[in-house]
Amino acid sequence: MKRLRVDLRERPELLLVPAVFVVVMLAWEFAVPAFGVDDYVLPRPSQILDALRTQLADPLFWGHLKVTVLESLYGFLLGVGAALVLGTAISQVRLIERTFMPYVVAFQTVPKVALAPLFVVWFGFGMTSKVVMAAVISFFPMLVNVIEGLRSADADRIQMLTVFGAGKFQVFRMVRLPSALPFLFAGLDIGIVFSILGAVVGEFIGAKEGLGYLLLQTNYNFDIAGMFAVLVVLSVLGLIAHFVIRFAQKRLVFWAEENRVLGA
Amino acid sequence: MDEDRWIEVDGLHKIYRPRRSRPTHALSDITFTVRRGEFVSVVGPSGCGKTTLLKILAGIVPRSEGTVRVADRDVTGPLPEVGMVFQAATLLPWRTILQNVMVPVEVRKLDTRVYRERAKRLLGMVGLDGFEGTYPHELSGGMQQRAGICRALVHDPAVLLMDEPFGALDAMTREYMNVELLRIWRESGQTVVFVTHSIPEAVFLSDRVVVLSPRPGRIAEIVDIGLDRPRALAAMASDRAGVHVARIRAHFSIAGVIDS
Repeated sequence: MKRLRVDLRERPELLLVPAVFVVVMLAWEFAVPAFGVDDYVLPRPSQILDALRTQLADPLFWGHLKVTVLESLYGFLLGVGAALVLGTAISQVRLIERTFMPYVVAFQTVPKVALAPLFVVWFGFGMTSKVVMAAVISFFPMLVNVIEGLRSADADRIQMLTVFGAGKFQVFRMVRLPSALPFLFAGLDIGIVFSILGAVVGEFIGAKEGLGYLLLQTNYNFDIAGMFAVLVVLSVLGLIAHFVIRFAQKRLVFWAEENRVLGA
Repeated sequence: MDEDRWIEVDGLHKIYRPRRSRPTHALSDITFTVRRGEFVSVVGPSGCGKTTLLKILAGIVPRSEGTVRVADRDVTGPLPEVGMVFQAATLLPWRTILQNVMVPVEVRKLDTRVYRERAKRLLGMVGLDGFEGTYPHELSGGMQQRAGICRALVHDPAVLLMDEPFGALDAMTREYMNVELLRIWRESGQTVVFVTHSIPEAVFLSDRVVVLSPRPGRIAEIVDIGLDRPRALAAMASDRAGVHVARIRAHFSIAGVIDS
């Protein structure tokens, strides 16, 4: 018991974060009827919880969840993998950088979400179009971080290795790559959350399954509590993905002074 | 091999030619030799090219003109006979102290098992035994720089180049490190070229001190120190040391440059 008390004094957020949650939920619960808002416009937390329970008991829901998770995961791996390859090439080969960088910059300004209808036309209503959408949307933040990260290596460290006789590849393996890790993880962190976004947007445009599809179905049926329940599931999904990346980062980049993050 | 000319610099010029600005004459007609096992310091005001000289010896900056030979080999790139200690310790933060010390062994693909023992012995010699598995950020600046010295010595180089290695340390730690360095040098027997802007430090450590003039760096004088070895810090209070310090300092006062 004593240890717990010391922990809370050093990290008050452990108590304050859940406290804020409880207060907001309670306020929401009682404010909705108090202000005379209809339940079907803004359901109370207790109703959302009920809807969530109903969905979790439904095998169909788990099918939707699985589809969205797989779409996001495949898209993430595809986008991040492509970004690693292209980013490494751009950061290491001057000619490739000069040739492709203008295209990278140009494509980066395209709102990727706007491409979703196109992908549905090209790749159909199945999972492929969503995987492509997730890949494209997670590709750019990763690419920027790969390029920036592989360039971030400290010149003194590179010089040190050179003095001891290291060649270009040794410098890459021993300094450039480890120096890039904080950036790579920033890219992975943004990328995994973006890939879920990409999958859901793809499902909005045209799909027969997935949480995005389910979201639209509940919307058509005016089942607002059900919509909220799906949103809760999507948020939890994003949180889990984020914490998996964070966990790996803490293990691998324990030495970093600070983790600089580059956005999309 | 000529042990009297273990390091030979003859008629060395270095001119930097940046693409968009005027060329800079960094070093002009530098000629000196270092005997095997000798401790030579290079002093000079900021920007006189002393670090450039060291980088040319290390083979990472090309010379513009002249001869540079180390351990009977023409310097055209980094030589395995050379170890270097840098201004900052420049340890790799993701490697343990032992892994950091092993960097030259890894890069040169030497026998890891043999040299790991040597690395541990060196760490013991500088008082870092028990720290093999710790990471750089857990050590003080002085301890990091001692690990940096071990790294420079691990592959048993014939020549040790040191670029203001104690410049970032506080005065007390610096004096202590100077004494430590002389002890390590006595035990390992390397030929040392030590760059510093501290005249007392150069006098305390060296057999000879090469004095460079302000830019373009040329040799103003080479001073024979001739204090008895082994030296304790008390040697710095001696009249002879004082005379050397004053003599070297005079070069910079005439030039109107004040430096330590």
